[in-house]
Amino acid sequence: METPSVITLEDVDFSYDGAPVLEKVNLSIQSGDFLSMVGPNGGGKTTLLKLMAGLLKPTSGKVKLLGTAPEKSQNRIGYMPQHTMYDPQFPVSVMDVVLMGRLKRNSGIYSSADKQTVIDSLEEVDMEALHKQSFSTLSGGQRQRVLLARALVSKPEVLLLDEPTANVDMGLENRLIDTLKKLNARMTILMVTHDLGFVSCIVKHVICVNRYVKVHPTSALNGTLIREIYGQDISMVRHDAISGCEDGQDG
Amino acid sequence: MTLFQDVRTDRMADFIAALRNPDIAFLRYALLAGVLGSVSFGIIGTYVVTRRISYIAGAIAHSALGGIGAGLYLQMKVGIGWFTPLIGALVAAVASGLVIGLVSLYARQREDTAIGAIWAIGMAVGLLFLTKTPGYVDPMSYLFGNILMISKTELFQIALLDAVIIAIGSLFYNKFLAVCFDEEFARLRGIRVGFFYLLLICLTALTVVLMVTVVGIVLVIALLTLPAAVSGLFSKYLWKMMIFSSLICMLFVAVGTGLSYIYDFPTGSNIILVAGAVYLISVLVHRALRPSKA
Repeated sequence: METPSVITLEDVDFSYDGAPVLEKVNLSIQSGDFLSMVGPNGGGKTTLLKLMAGLLKPTSGKVKLLGTAPEKSQNRIGYMPQHTMYDPQFPVSVMDVVLMGRLKRNSGIYSSADKQTVIDSLEEVDMEALHKQSFSTLSGGQRQRVLLARALVSKPEVLLLDEPTANVDMGLENRLIDTLKKLNARMTILMVTHDLGFVSCIVKHVICVNRYVKVHPTSALNGTLIREIYGQDISMVRHDAISGCEDGQDG
Repeated sequence: MTLFQDVRTDRMADFIAALRNPDIAFLRYALLAGVLGSVSFGIIGTYVVTRRISYIAGAIAHSALGGIGAGLYLQMKVGIGWFTPLIGALVAAVASGLVIGLVSLYARQREDTAIGAIWAIGMAVGLLFLTKTPGYVDPMSYLFGNILMISKTELFQIALLDAVIIAIGSLFYNKFLAVCFDEEFARLRGIRVGFFYLLLICLTALTVVLMVTVVGIVLVIALLTLPAAVSGLFSKYLWKMMIFSSLICMLFVAVGTGLSYIYDFPTGSNIILVAGAVYLISVLVHRALRPSKA
């Protein structure tokens, strides 16, 4: 029996001011899957992620999140945007940022239980020691982990991550891989990434996004496919051995 | 002690004495209005600076002249006594704030144009009403403030407005913080982002009107943003930034009013010049103290 699908897109088109960004997207994501979206800049990866989260509305076609309209189920997902979108001078503590994940429509105050959940989430990404720190003083990698904690703090069923590995050094990246692997046991994960090595290592499926969308199992990732995704040859640094990748793959 | 210092101490004492003098109650009212308003300015100014909507606040302030003119015209010519310039300013500021807010929510690319249009149209309407109002009305009083206009009734209205702004601004602190920091994420958590954005703009409009008589509509924007900008240099948390902004704003108003009494300068511009000077110095000191990056 098939597992229920958590996200489905039917004939979705999206254009920005008349310029098509995505066309005829048909997609079904099963519960428990771990997917990565790859593709060139401007290919529509972030747009696709935001369509799934209900932050953008398709020009035509249908998006379903957890069996219903995204606006109705978006409180059951965790979302992590790119960390570069933040005002670097905004006066806010790590605790306050993660608490935003506990916001509710009709309540303006946080309980002590909310604060405890925040500490738990920060522990999960190794950032609990810095919870009093100002968000603006953190490094790019630390900010990303705080934003991951904010996505996790609402106990989501689906995790949508936009470039969680950008600006993260190798050691941290490996830690992040372990964290995400653990999380995948209890939630479906979908992330945008540029890092194909990272992709091949832990994800089960790859979504190639370049105006049109194709889904491949990770094992199919090879030179021809990469050429197809990026429209040209790219040099790829293999670091399977370093990142402790077990599933072999043929090139 | 030098003679110069003696004279200054004398004048300072003079100012303090003047505050107690029942014949010049307006000075006391002005200072009181400034100190009361500073709390709202600290809270809303912090939101305005961190959400980067200073220009919207500027347009709202200038468009208030339209309401002030309409208020005077309705009072003097039509004879509607209750429609005071303050009420007119309030209506015009909130209305223009809502127009800009809706444009920025639903047609982001036109926001710029809307800000410029509201800014100028509001002032044009105001001038038109002022010239058609019988008797001589000096627009300078409204543009740059005139503390002689602050009566006991007005002081009472200012206090009331102040209370409303402080109550709403602090009641929804967590939601405003989330909306200012990351609107998109707040929306995912079910927060009515559009509603809170418009509410913030309305609060900004109320705040601007609060100090119109003290510093005037042209100068009010500096008093809204500069205290927050100064306190933002050293505040780690938003609520701390608000408290420091309020205190700094009070200081600007007190020092500016005092200097204007001592040297017989216009109060509004004195307050703003004090604010500007402190901002400039603190930015320079902040830059100098910051560890240089190799």
